Amino acid sequence: MTPLDLSAAAAAERVRAGDLDAGELWELYRGRAAADDLGAFVWVAEERPGNPTDGPLGGVPVAVKDLFCTAGVPSQAGSKILEGYRPPYTATAVERLTGAGAPLLAKTNQDEFAMGSSNENSAFGPVRNPWDRERVPGGSSGGSAAAVAAGLAPWAIGTDTGGSIRQPASLCGIVGLKPTYGAISRYGMIAFASSLDQAGPLTRDVADAALLLSAMVGKDPCDSTSLGLPEPVTEPTATDLRGVRLGVPEEVFETEGVESGVLAAFEATVELARQLGATVERCHLPHAPHALSAYYLIAPAEASSNLARYDGVRYGLRVNGDADLLTMYLRTRGAGFGPEVKRRIMLGTYALSSGYYDAYYGTAQKVRTLISDDFRAAWERFDFVVTPTSPTVAFPLGAKTADPLAMYLNDYFTVPMSLAGIPAISIPNGLSERLPTGFQLAGPAFSENRLLDAAHALERAIGFDGSAARA
Amino acid sequence: MLALMIDRARVDHVARLARLELTDEESERMVRELSSILEHIERITNLDLADVPPTSHVVDLTNVLRPDEPRPCLPREAALAQAPDATEDGFRVPSPSA
Amino acid sequence: MTDYEPVIGLEIHVQLSTRTKMFCGCELSFGDPPNTHTCPVCLGLPGTLPVLNARAIDFGILLGLALECEIAPRSLFHRKNYFYPDLPKGYQISQYDVPLCRGGRLGEVRIHRVHLEEDAAKLVHLGESGRIHGSAHSIVDFNRGGTPLVEIVSEPDVRSPEQAREWLQLLRTTVRQLGISDVNMEEGSLRCDANVSIRPVGRSELGVKTELKNMNSFRFIERGITAEIARQTALLDAGEPVVQETLHFDPQSGSLTPLRSKEEAHDYRYFPEPDLVPLVVTEEMLAEARAQLPELPAARAERYARELGLADDRARLLAFRSELGSYFEAALAHDGEDPQTLANWVVGELVSRIGDADPAQSRVAPEALAGLVGLLRAGRVTQGGARQVLDRLVADGGDPAAIVDAEDLGAVGGGDELGAIVDRALEAQPEEVEQLRQGNMRAIGPIVGFVMRETKGRADGKEVTRIVRERLGLS
Ligand SMILES: [Mg+2]
Ligand SMILES: [Zn+2]
Repeated sequence: MTPLDLSAAAAAERVRAGDLDAGELWELYRGRAAADDLGAFVWVAEERPGNPTDGPLGGVPVAVKDLFCTAGVPSQAGSKILEGYRPPYTATAVERLTGAGAPLLAKTNQDEFAMGSSNENSAFGPVRNPWDRERVPGGSSGGSAAAVAAGLAPWAIGTDTGGSIRQPASLCGIVGLKPTYGAISRYGMIAFASSLDQAGPLTRDVADAALLLSAMVGKDPCDSTSLGLPEPVTEPTATDLRGVRLGVPEEVFETEGVESGVLAAFEATVELARQLGATVERCHLPHAPHALSAYYLIAPAEASSNLARYDGVRYGLRVNGDADLLTMYLRTRGAGFGPEVKRRIMLGTYALSSGYYDAYYGTAQKVRTLISDDFRAAWERFDFVVTPTSPTVAFPLGAKTADPLAMYLNDYFTVPMSLAGIPAISIPNGLSERLPTGFQLAGPAFSENRLLDAAHALERAIGFDGSAARA
Repeated sequence: MLALMIDRARVDHVARLARLELTDEESERMVRELSSILEHIERITNLDLADVPPTSHVVDLTNVLRPDEPRPCLPREAALAQAPDATEDGFRVPSPSA
Repeated sequence: MTDYEPVIGLEIHVQLSTRTKMFCGCELSFGDPPNTHTCPVCLGLPGTLPVLNARAIDFGILLGLALECEIAPRSLFHRKNYFYPDLPKGYQISQYDVPLCRGGRLGEVRIHRVHLEEDAAKLVHLGESGRIHGSAHSIVDFNRGGTPLVEIVSEPDVRSPEQAREWLQLLRTTVRQLGISDVNMEEGSLRCDANVSIRPVGRSELGVKTELKNMNSFRFIERGITAEIARQTALLDAGEPVVQETLHFDPQSGSLTPLRSKEEAHDYRYFPEPDLVPLVVTEEMLAEARAQLPELPAARAERYARELGLADDRARLLAFRSELGSYFEAALAHDGEDPQTLANWVVGELVSRIGDADPAQSRVAPEALAGLVGLLRAGRVTQGGARQVLDRLVADGGDPAAIVDAEDLGAVGGGDELGAIVDRALEAQPEEVEQLRQGNMRAIGPIVGFVMRETKGRADGKEVTRIVRERLGLS
C-alpha cells in the first residue's frame, strides 16, 4: 500500500504515529498536483509551507477552492475580473485548516463566482472528470472534486450554495458535505449568495469529511451569521442503521429527467439501508418542486449585489480607466464577467428592481419559508431524508452550455437543503454506465454527527471503490 | 405573465442598472434566455402565499455585536497594492461629475 | 398675489463618535493622511463581512429615546444598491422598512424616523481648477468610509427658514448633550438636507417639493431655504410649475443649481442584508439607555418654566443653548432669590455683550453675575449702575461689590441725600411742578432726568418718583 492509497485521515494518523513522514507526503501530492492535466488547479504551491504538522490534520496537504481568500496567493474565484488578485488576508476556514496542521497545497478551479454545475464557467478553462475526460466534473467546486477523485490532493474544501459541493462530489465519486448554514465561517469566502453560501469538505470517504469538518467549524467573530455547533464533530463509527428512520420524498419519483441508472442505484441503496436496520418510508415535501424557482431568484438577487464591488477601483480588472466613470464601469464589468455571471446578475438585478421585488424576490423568500416548514414537518417522522444527489451522471463537456435551464435542473435535489440551511452529504453510490452516482442524506440543522454516522454505515455497506480514477 | 415583459428595452435598462456592457448579440440572447428562465420560475407566483412570512435568514440569531474596540488597519501600501490605478495616497478614478 | 406658506422637512445625517467604524475595527479619524484607516472590510475586499458596532447601536437607542421615538423591538439592516466610487461594496448598509426608531418629537417638530447606516468614503477631486466640474480624475480616500451615521428624518412641520435653523440648533444641542457626536457642521459630522415646498395659505394639500443639498452651516440652511422659497414663489406667481428635483446650494453666489439628472431613475433595489442578523432591542438595553439619558433641552426648558417660573421664551433661550443654561444654573446656585431677574441678566445683558461665545469662557464668573443681581435687588446699585458694573466685569472680571465701591457706582441712598437732590430739581423746574400739580404725570420725566444727571445715574427712579409725590402731596 502506497501513501496514495491511504485516506487523508489514515495518512494523518500515520504521520502522528511517526510511521509516515509529512514531508514525503507533501512531495508526493505536490508532484501529482503539479502534473495535473485535468485543469483541476489554478495555483499549486512551490514550496512546503512552514505550518505545524502535529495538529489533528497531521500535515496532510489540503486543496482549497479558488474563492477562499489566501494571503499573498491568487484568489480569483474563477473570474477574469479578479485575475491575478492576491488578497492581504486569509479566510477563516483556511486559517483554521492550516492551524490544525494541513498545509495549503493548491487552489482549485471552479465555476466563475461559484455559478455553475459543470465547471465550464471558469475563466481559467474547464475541469475534466477523471472518470471520463470528455465529461464534466460537476460544479461549481469541480476542481476540488476532480482533484480528490484523481488523487491529486488528499482532500479539499469547496463551497455549496445550491449543491456546489454535493453535485461535483457525486459526479466524481467522492464524499461531499454541506454543513448547517453558519457552521463554518464565511469570512474570506468570495461571496456568491450570502444567505446560502456554505463551505464544506470534499473527501475520499466519510471519516475524512468528519475530520476536515471538525477543524473548520465554530463561531467566528468576523462572520455575524456563524454559530458554534452544539457538540464537537466526532469520528463516525456506525456500521448499521438500526433505529434510523429514513424518508424518501415522493417527489423523487414524480420528477422527469432522473436517469434510470441513477434511480436504480438509489433504490438499491435504499434497500441496503433497510437491510442495515433502517425503517424507510415515503415522505412528502410538497414545496420541494418549487425550490429551484425560489433558488434561481434568491441566489442571483444576492449575487447581483455581492458582485457590485467589482468596479475596477480598488482591485481587479479595469477597462477604459481614462474614459468617463460610467463607461469605465460598463466596460470593466462587461469585459470582466463571463456569460453565466452576466446572466445571473441580470436575473438578480431584474428580480430586485422597482416594481418586481414583491413578485419575484418577495415571493421566493416566502417559498423558502414553506420549504423549511416541509423539512420541519418531515423531522417529526424521520431522522433523514434521502435522495439521489444529481439526477444524472457526469455529462459530456459542452452538452448543456447552450441551455441554461437544463443546466439549472442539475441542482434539483440539492437546492431544497440549501434554502432550508440544513446539512446534507453526498456519498458515492456505485456506477451507472461506468460513471459515479451519488446518494444524498439530509438531516435537521446541527445533526452533522448523526448524519456522518449514517453516511459512514451506508458507505461501508456500498463498498464503492474509487481507485480507478486515481490510476 | 411577467416573463413576457422581458424585451430588449427592459434588458438594456437592467444592464444599465447593473453597470454591465452587453454586446448587441448578448442583449438579444439575454432577452431569450431570461424569458425562458423566468417563464419556468414564474410558476411560484401562482402559489397562495398570503399568510406566509418571508425568510431572509435561516439562522436563528439576533444581536451579533462587536465591542467598539480598535483593530489594526492595513498599511496604506497594502490597501493600495491591488488597485489598477493608484496614486501615492489614494485610488484614482474618473471623476463622477466630469 | 397669493400668499404662500412654506412646508419644510429636514433630513439630517449625524456621524456618531464611536471609537471605531460601523462594521469594522478601524479607528475613526479626522485629518489623518488618506487611506491610513482602512481594512479589508471597509475597503469592500472580496470575501469580507460586516459586524455591527455595539456602541453605535447604544447611541442610536439613546438618540431615539431623546427624540421620544418608538424603539423598534426588532429591526433589520438592508442593502441600498448603487454604483459610486465612494461606495466600496456597491451598496450602502442602511435601514429601510424596519428602522430602529419611528415617530417622536423634538420641540414643535415631529420626527418621522431615525435609522442607522454607514457613511460613504471621501472623493477628492483633482484638476487644474480645483472645482468639481471639469476635473477629469478624483482620488478616493476610504478613511471616512464606514463611519457610523444616524439619519434623522423630520415630518414636514417646519414653516420658515428661521425655524429650520433654530430647530437644527436645538437638535445639535440635544445630540451634543447625549455625547454621541461632535455635531460639527464644518467638519461634516452634522449634515442637513431640506425638502421644501410651498402652498397657498389655508390649503392643506402639499405642493411639489424639491430637495436641497450642501447646506453645511446654520447660516446656509437659512439662506438656502429662503432662496428656494423665493424661487418657488416666483415660479408659481408666473403660472409655472415647480419641478421635483434635487438642488445644490452655492453659498458663495447664493444660487441654486439642479444636480445633474441621473441616467436612470434611482432604483436602489433594497433587500435585507443577508450578512447581518436582526437587531433586537431588549428591555435591558432600553433600561440602560434610559439611565444614561441626561436632561435634554426640551425638558430643561419645561423645568425652568415650571420650577423657576421663567417665561417660556426665556426658558427656551436658556435651555436650547445649553451653555447658557449651565451658566444660569451656576449663577442660580449663588443667588436663588429671583431667578427671573437673573435669567434676564444672562440672556439679555450678558448675551448682548458677549454674543455667541460661551459665557463660561468669559471673564464674568457666574457668582459675579449673581452678586451683581443681588446688589441690584438690595438697592445698592441701580439698573444703570449695574449695567456699568457688568461692562467692567466683561472687560476685566472681578467682584461686583468691589467695582461698585472703587468706581463709586453705588446707588444714591434714599432719605436725606436723595431728598435734597429732588428738592433742587423741583426748585429748578417750576413749570413741570405746576403741570404735575394739575395732574399731568408726564411732566415727572424732566425732574427724574435732572436727578439722574445730578447722581450720574446712580439714583433709583422709583424712589425719586416716590419722593416727588410726597413733596408735592400727590396721592
Ligand atoms: Mg442616508
Ligand atoms: Zn475597516
